[in-house]
Amino acid sequence: MPEEVILRVENLTKRFGGVVAVDQVSFELRRGEFLGLIGPNGSGKTTLINLITGFVKPTSGRIYYLNQDITHKPPYHIACLGVARSFQMVRAFHKLPAFKNLIVPLYSPRVRKLGGGKYGERDDMAIDLLDDFGFERDSFVPYKPAGSLPHGYLKRLDLARCMALRPDLLILDELFSGMTMSEVAATLPLIEKFNREGLTIIMVEHRLKELFRVAHRVIVLNFGKKIADGPPKEAMAQEEVQRAYLGTESEG
Amino acid sequence: MELFIYGITNSVTLALIALGFSLTFGISGVANFAYGAFYLLGGILTWVFMNQIGIPYFLSAIISIGMVGLFGFFLYWGLMLRLRGLAVNEVIATLATAIVIIEVLRYLGFSGFTYVLPEFIKGSVQIGKSWVDYQRIFLVGIGIGLIIFLYLFTHKTKIGLSFRAISQNERTAISLGIDSDWTAALSLSFGSALAVVAGLVILPLGSIDTQIGYDILLSALAVGIVGGLESVPGILVASLILGFGQIVVATFFKAQWQTVVTLAAIVIILAVKPSGIFGKYKELEERV
Amino acid sequence: MAEAIKYRKERIDRGIKARSDTIYMLSSYRELLYLLLPRILPISFLLLVPLWVGGGYWGKVIFYSCTFALLALSWDLLASVGLISLGQALFFGVGSYVAGGFNYYLKWPIFLTIPVATLGGALICTLLLIPVLRLRGVYFSMVTLILPLLFDHLIETLEILGGTHGLLSLSPFPNHWLADYIAIGAVILCLFGFRRLLHEDYGFVLRGIREDDRVVMAGGINIYWYKAQTIFLSAAVGCFAGALMTHYYQFVGRSAFALDNTILPLAGVVLGGSGNFAGSVLGTFILVPLSEALRALGGLRMALYSLILITALAILPEGLFHYFERKYHQFERLVSV
Repeated sequence: MPEEVILRVENLTKRFGGVVAVDQVSFELRRGEFLGLIGPNGSGKTTLINLITGFVKPTSGRIYYLNQDITHKPPYHIACLGVARSFQMVRAFHKLPAFKNLIVPLYSPRVRKLGGGKYGERDDMAIDLLDDFGFERDSFVPYKPAGSLPHGYLKRLDLARCMALRPDLLILDELFSGMTMSEVAATLPLIEKFNREGLTIIMVEHRLKELFRVAHRVIVLNFGKKIADGPPKEAMAQEEVQRAYLGTESEG
Repeated sequence: MELFIYGITNSVTLALIALGFSLTFGISGVANFAYGAFYLLGGILTWVFMNQIGIPYFLSAIISIGMVGLFGFFLYWGLMLRLRGLAVNEVIATLATAIVIIEVLRYLGFSGFTYVLPEFIKGSVQIGKSWVDYQRIFLVGIGIGLIIFLYLFTHKTKIGLSFRAISQNERTAISLGIDSDWTAALSLSFGSALAVVAGLVILPLGSIDTQIGYDILLSALAVGIVGGLESVPGILVASLILGFGQIVVATFFKAQWQTVVTLAAIVIILAVKPSGIFGKYKELEERV
Repeated sequence: MAEAIKYRKERIDRGIKARSDTIYMLSSYRELLYLLLPRILPISFLLLVPLWVGGGYWGKVIFYSCTFALLALSWDLLASVGLISLGQALFFGVGSYVAGGFNYYLKWPIFLTIPVATLGGALICTLLLIPVLRLRGVYFSMVTLILPLLFDHLIETLEILGGTHGLLSLSPFPNHWLADYIAIGAVILCLFGFRRLLHEDYGFVLRGIREDDRVVMAGGINIYWYKAQTIFLSAAVGCFAGALMTHYYQFVGRSAFALDNTILPLAGVVLGGSGNFAGSVLGTFILVPLSEALRALGGLRMALYSLILITALAILPEGLFHYFERKYHQFERLVSV
């Protein structure tokens, strides 16, 4: 039984001056899929995410989410439709306590409509939410200023911030970069669980081993073009993909 | 014909003023609200050197350009550097500096018709049916020359290019070995010096009045808003529009209505295209 | 050879702060007093000072201090969401003229003109500033700086709304006590109201916008709408101050849009410390009486405020209030390293 297509990207292109960051990329994403988005550095992965989430306007092409045209919509509109994204460079409200970082998504029209948060409840909701991500409720960790937390915690805070929005589509931009093995081992099952519960996920990663364990499908970008699209093993076996990552034989 | 000439002069004047301001801003990211104050200061320093100390004109001019340039440099080192990163305070600091300079000068009495700078060239020439001062022609010439010079400077010379590098991506510039503090200070002093040059060329057409310190800033901001701060073509076009608009209104209506033109232009631009005629709508894409 | 002992300053919360932090576990009157004193002191000062001073010259000074404090508070509110305004004079002027205009031309009484000026003026200012919200921050500063100057010129050259002479003989307050206490009440309301607001969820959203608006957008919040709301609130306070002053003076003129009305509140906020609202009130209550005492200097006063502003920025960027707060909550000692 085919799941519905929730995201459709058609011929998406983005030029920055003379540089083509994203070149005629098209794909469809079904509900419940776990899509890995990979490619060498500079291949346009983050730009593609920025395009989908509305932070950057495309030069040409269209994006449809739940059959609505979101190509030129602003980021907050897209977020309220249920698309959450994490940031490659950790962005948090450094001076605010960790749990207060979640107030913003909890305050959004989306979460308020979905029935969360009456006056005074959001603090507790935030603490509860953080507990699921490894910020022990009874410790002082959730109350520390976000800027004082170690990197791994910040990454998980970013993830919690995304999930606080109650998204239908979660886009993660190099979540595991800078995390230790044990942190990855603690977080990956969590993400897997979300996916099994019905959350559609796009994950940009360089740690391919972990990614391939959970992703059903992989899209490979190189110089802004899509060069492979399919189950991980198949995609990686393609010659062009290997050349993109490893270089040609004469360069080896 | 006269209309055209005054229109061009006014436009070039505005362009000169606005470019100096925009240059410092586009390059160092610092909006130097003390711009008008430096313009005024340069004019007054030159006058003082000439009339009270007796130094010949060109030397006075050069000294005051140098002094104000130096002042701009130290303004950066002494004040702005401490406030770097707190964008809040940079803007406030330059405005406060401007006010200190202007109001102190006003208190010292530098206003009135006795404060006139000499024209470079006296006399006028007849074009068509009307007489045009050489000074105005000189102004247009210098204006165009300066614009070309600025373009070449920021695109061809090492310093100019490093100016632009800083404004586009500071981190990369630093990693390439460009000392951003030094360069920013230089660009502030450069912008200040430009203000003085503009003043020396334009002021001889009238007399010096401390109110100019604010009016010049007003004009620079207005042109910047209408044309788009970072865009040189935008500023040029906006200068033409405002320059001619003001002259037309002054000729066919009342002279004081010039300000209405400026206000109307700003309100229209804000309603239609807030980033300015050729303004680049970079806001959203800038910082992801 | 003995090594030189290096010292560093260490700041530690005072015992009483640590004990009184958890408000549910106050165990002594001393702790209660510690918490209440900083709030009670300014409120009682503000409420009692008009009685102490009586009417006359210093009574006026109190009133001026309150109106400028309102302008400073309104600036600080904008700064809390990341908008740096160089034009409180815009709010002040618009409020003044709306109140004065309705009073002069339509003969509306004072209890109508003031609310209309507050809300209507705020609406006008917000509409004027909305277009620049999507642009770089400096555009906001530029437009707020330029608009009052332009309105000033307009009024002068077009001879509208009284032109250079202004509108005279406007309705006064029934008595000066009412004026004083309305102003003081407004200051107290805004001071504690804004502080409370910034600690509510709404306030955290505003703070988030100031610190990183991309993340806030990714969280589903329309930052432009919130910025607009903040502008409206801030403008309302500024317009209210303008309306008050108009009826106190029974006059409104070009001077309402003057740069003074921007610089004095700004210097007050910088001196007292931005971000905590209390600093705004502290700073203006220092500067306004000072400026009255130095009346003789005339135009040079502006230079003085600016100089104070620059010095405060250079020497004590955190502001006086934060400095006192720190001393109150923490003590310092040298610790050997």
